[in-house]
Amino acid sequence: MSSRERILGRVRRALADVPDDAGPYEEAVARDYLREHGRRSVPETVDLLAENLADYRALVHRCADGQLSELLARLLSAHGSRTVVVPPGLPAQWLTAVEASVVQDLASSTAPELDEVDSVVTACAVAVAETGTIVLDGSPDQGRRRITLVPDHHICVVRVPGQVVSSVPEALERLDPVRPLTWISGPSATSDIELDRVEGVHGPRTLEVVLLGDS
Amino acid sequence: MSGTFVGMPAFPRAAREAVGNTTLRGNLRHATHTIRDKRARAVAELEDWAALREAGKQIKDHTLRHLDRYLVQVEDAVTAAGGTVHWAADADEANEIVARLVEATGESEVVKVKSMATQEIALNEALEARGIHAYETDLAELIVQLGKDRPSHILVPAIHRNRGEIRDIFRSEMSEWGRPAPEGLTDTPAELAEAARLHLREKFLRAKVGISGANFVVAETGTLVVVESEGNGRMCLTLPETLISVVGIEKIVPRWQDLEVFLQTLPRSSTAERMNPYTSMWTGTTDEDGPRAFHLVLLDNGRTDTLADEVGRQALRCIRCSACLNVCPVYERAGGHAYGSVYPGPIGAILSPQLRGTGSEIDASLPYASSLCGACYEVCPVAIDIPEVLVHLRERVVQGGPAVRGGNRVVLKPAKGHAAERAAMRAAQWAFTHPGALRTGQRLASRTRRLHPRTLPGPGRAWSGSRDLPAVPAEPFRDWWQRTRGGKGGAK
Repeated sequence: MSSRERILGRVRRALADVPDDAGPYEEAVARDYLREHGRRSVPETVDLLAENLADYRALVHRCADGQLSELLARLLSAHGSRTVVVPPGLPAQWLTAVEASVVQDLASSTAPELDEVDSVVTACAVAVAETGTIVLDGSPDQGRRRITLVPDHHICVVRVPGQVVSSVPEALERLDPVRPLTWISGPSATSDIELDRVEGVHGPRTLEVVLLGDS
Repeated sequence: MSGTFVGMPAFPRAAREAVGNTTLRGNLRHATHTIRDKRARAVAELEDWAALREAGKQIKDHTLRHLDRYLVQVEDAVTAAGGTVHWAADADEANEIVARLVEATGESEVVKVKSMATQEIALNEALEARGIHAYETDLAELIVQLGKDRPSHILVPAIHRNRGEIRDIFRSEMSEWGRPAPEGLTDTPAELAEAARLHLREKFLRAKVGISGANFVVAETGTLVVVESEGNGRMCLTLPETLISVVGIEKIVPRWQDLEVFLQTLPRSSTAERMNPYTSMWTGTTDEDGPRAFHLVLLDNGRTDTLADEVGRQALRCIRCSACLNVCPVYERAGGHAYGSVYPGPIGAILSPQLRGTGSEIDASLPYASSLCGACYEVCPVAIDIPEVLVHLRERVVQGGPAVRGGNRVVLKPAKGHAAERAAMRAAQWAFTHPGALRTGQRLASRTRRLHPRTLPGPGRAWSGSRDLPAVPAEPFRDWWQRTRGGKGGAK
């Protein structure tokens, strides 16, 4: 007998006391928790996102549509970045003012090569106000997961208010589980030394979030 | 490696040593109190916490009741997404599967994300025996591995170490494993984190095989979820060419939507954050992004035996947040090592004796490692009634009776060492079913009350060593009732 059959057989015997009509999934879970916490206008939701991002040590910037390229140039030069990697689908006009040399992410490039790059600029899929979270889904303007992981400085552009949702349940509704997803809440951190939070371990130690929109 | 729990002494003996260690007690008190207050604040932010907790419980209960169906659904979905599914009935089988998969890649080292399942099966030791080096990459696991130590907490395995001890371990041991600690390393947490970053960087960048567990597996989509803080998880999950995930069969949730409950309750319960820094979700393999080969090892290792126990099966709802450890007065004083298992604290006291059976001295003693205060149940985000299961397991230890071990129905013998307790309970049962004898005994006890010793003789000595014996009243209750008709008319 294979282990598969053995385990499934054990499960079925273990559940011998459970009646067959133990109820379908739809009736099993009372979803009477909230879809979002508190009532907010759209600008208030964006404000909450900014507040919670900052609370977990992300650097938050606001920017109107026409000024993004200048802002990105300024942030990269302030960080001292000479090279910046970008995903293939990042809008070209975002980078027109950028002086750092732009590295395209190629499938053939290796992790040690990526480790030499100073910064990364991406868009995002959705941002969650209540938790201060941005989610990347590997779309062309966000790229492979590793480009937002190996460089030490990540600038993520969130289109507001279109990409902002209030809560975790609303974010999951917008996401496609088939895509590789990365939820990011602040720069990398650890609580492993005396259960106290310290920012800056293996992921990017500096996370900057640009809220892009004429709000 | 000294990181083994085999042959651990019973909880009271191990705890007595730990309680005498003032550094350990100081470290644990500081850490658990820090997180306790933070957790309470993070939970208080959500006014629907009780509803989320109930929904989490219901999702897990529903899944467990239909686990056979959901397991097959996971297998189908992961396979359809390009992954390969393996089934492991016990630890040896899981270790064998993983070792063979690593050997097939031709590699002799792997990087690991912190995973309770792989700790439970002692995967690192099994791989080492086959010449494969496993590098732990979570900061706390790294501290444990470098210090040739054992984990003592689910979330923060090195919670028993303070910053000074961590610095000393880094200074003396890092060079053995790779890049040495920076010159002049101090004990500030930021510098210690930086030292870990530098030490592990080269290992991440050259790794070809990553090994992980998972916090959740979504049956309808085949999606795996890993919740972490440092980014070491992302490194292990995305940079290697081959990813092997060892996952307990109880980690399944039926649908994508179910994550909306646990992604709210888990971070707040474990690290007291609104959201942990990084959560990775992947479904099979993705072209040109992440590992090209993905293997999922579904692990039983005592879980189906636990599932067979109608009271004890609720322990399988556990999402490994460790909130119960942080509030437990026994854990705070005894520390994690005394529990003799990778699962310490209240959840460990009900999980270890079910996964491993109550045959060994340590496992038979674990259901007693509690004052039954119930704080663990209060904070549990999936409402596991830990005190209820503790009492149930105590009954099993003392009385024996039917259970399932290794998938087979067995009848457990009563444990040794509980003869006095059993005799006392038998005597009580006889007395309460013989009212005449009870009355005579009670009157005798009342009349001789001045002669009663303050401590019990014989086997009762240990019990009364730290407790006052209840005072016997001057008159038995039933005599008082008959005499005064229940105190009617103010009679005393």
